[in-house]
Amino acid sequence: MYTISNRLKTFSIILIVLGVLGVAYGFMTSHKSLEEVKTMLVEEHAHDGGHETSVQEHTESPGSEHADVSQDDKHAKHVQEQIAKRPWSAMYVSALFFMTIALGVLAFYAIQIASQAGWSPVLFRVMEAISAYLLPGAIIVILLAVGSHYIGHHNEIFVWMNPDVVADDKLIQNKSGYLNITAFLIRAIIFIGGWCTYWYFARKFSIAQDNAEPGDIRNFKKSFRIAAGFLVFYLYTESIMSWDWIMSVDPHWFSTLFGWYVFSGMIVAGITVIAMVAIYLKGKGLLPLVNDSHIHDLAKYMFGFSVFWAYLWFSQFMLIWYANIPEEVVYFVSRIEDYKLPFFGMLVLNFVFPFLILMHSDYKRVPWFVMMCGVVILIGHYVDLFVMIMPATVGDRWYIGIPEIGSILLLGGLFLLVVFTSMTKAPLTPKGNPFIKESENFHY
Amino acid sequence: MEGSSKVIHAMYTDDDVLMAAVKKVRAERYHIEEIYTPFPVHGLDKAMGLAPTRLAITSFLYGLAGLVVSIVMINYMMIEDWPQNIGGKPSFSYLENMPAFIPIMFELTVFFAAHLMVITFYLRSRMWPFKKAENPDTRTTDDHFLMEISAGDNVDEQFDILRNTGAVEVTLIDKAH
Repeated sequence: MYTISNRLKTFSIILIVLGVLGVAYGFMTSHKSLEEVKTMLVEEHAHDGGHETSVQEHTESPGSEHADVSQDDKHAKHVQEQIAKRPWSAMYVSALFFMTIALGVLAFYAIQIASQAGWSPVLFRVMEAISAYLLPGAIIVILLAVGSHYIGHHNEIFVWMNPDVVADDKLIQNKSGYLNITAFLIRAIIFIGGWCTYWYFARKFSIAQDNAEPGDIRNFKKSFRIAAGFLVFYLYTESIMSWDWIMSVDPHWFSTLFGWYVFSGMIVAGITVIAMVAIYLKGKGLLPLVNDSHIHDLAKYMFGFSVFWAYLWFSQFMLIWYANIPEEVVYFVSRIEDYKLPFFGMLVLNFVFPFLILMHSDYKRVPWFVMMCGVVILIGHYVDLFVMIMPATVGDRWYIGIPEIGSILLLGGLFLLVVFTSMTKAPLTPKGNPFIKESENFHY
Repeated sequence: MEGSSKVIHAMYTDDDVLMAAVKKVRAERYHIEEIYTPFPVHGLDKAMGLAPTRLAITSFLYGLAGLVVSIVMINYMMIEDWPQNIGGKPSFSYLENMPAFIPIMFELTVFFAAHLMVITFYLRSRMWPFKKAENPDTRTTDDHFLMEISAGDNVDEQFDILRNTGAVEVTLIDKAH
């Protein structure tokens, strides 16, 4: 039985406290009056060296001054909203980050059970513990999504929740049958309910199988059946979830392979976290049955799904770039213009780096090597979600500063706490699984 | 070189017996010339102490070569030689038009990596059409395993050792070169 070490507990609580401070700072500095925003914009303008030209314009066309002022007002208001949205979006990106990790692990776990994999049963308890974060994590995502509408003024992460915007936006009006808060919440409840029900029963059967009589594999069969059922449910709900929780931040834009793209990101991050937690526990001598062939297999999955992620990223990007249809391409135009470094940088983090580093077979067995690569993949996955959400909420007002890092610390601490607390609830090695012997002797 | 050299052929009918025999013969410090099996025996190369293959490394290098070929080719044809405006695609620089080239870059990388690796494999293992089969005993392609060790000064002792490892048939062969 695993007991959470005091050091880890203190560490995650420190993370949470630091995170709360960072997030609080983010919220306190994000409320600017219109006047403050205007002075800020004028200052920025002066810095850009564009001050003189604007003065010239004013003197040359006195007749259009009124229109100009209202235009300025509108712009300042827009910027004010973007600044107000920043701490919300920062929290939302981090919440999604950890929620997708838990969901990716749950999907991977179900795949392992449904495919009757012989190598992975020694890691099942690790996977179950990581996906225990799914329930709190997904609820936090929903609370942030809806909370940003009800708390504060015009700082919605999802612009379709803002009735003022919908009132003069024909496109969103036509989508309002799908994109409205009630439907959004109902769908969210179905997704979270379905996933967490699966998690609850999979965990229950897994532990029941431990305590079953030798030769009694009824619980194993049950877990097989629900895993197969869950995978069907998951494939549909994950896709719809990605439209609801991620794609609809840009309600004017749509992409058909978006669901798979989000899936590829979550599964690679999930496997990475499984590998990292397994290496951590193995380093402490708590997973004696896990050998370097298991790590090798996980690293192969990290490699393979990194390439899969890059494939989907490129397929989505290239099809839209090639056809260059205005209503689709705006998505990438705004990202390339304002987010050049994160947008292309994540390709290096998520594809080039793992591709070259994890290609050699020998390196995939070296724990610190996999650990280091895992850190890079996780940073890459965070940036991936950052670039999905931020351009639609804060636009060019983005920066990875105190609100963003605070959110990562807050939710990261919570993630660690939930995962490792859940780890203490059951023995780390499932002993009743019929494949456990094979898994124990797994050798590649 | 000598005109002829003597080798001992030991036949086995089971791959597990063969594996144990290989370990025994290696422990006795006899040199195993060759082993003929009808199918891949998992772990045989490790037991024989063969060096790991470097085929994967050559494949990586061939893939790089393919990538370079594709980049140089496309850059010359589409950007330098005749930069036309085809459907508004930006042909001012390689980078600007790169997404359109990636499918070809990918395919050529795979093409070079795969084909040149296969050819390397054929060359290294000396396989080509009309090559005379080097098969000491046709049964080794069906259900027998054959271990060939060079005969030393004390052939009788070697015979005893091989029989003890479970060989069903041990013969001394005079290999004419």
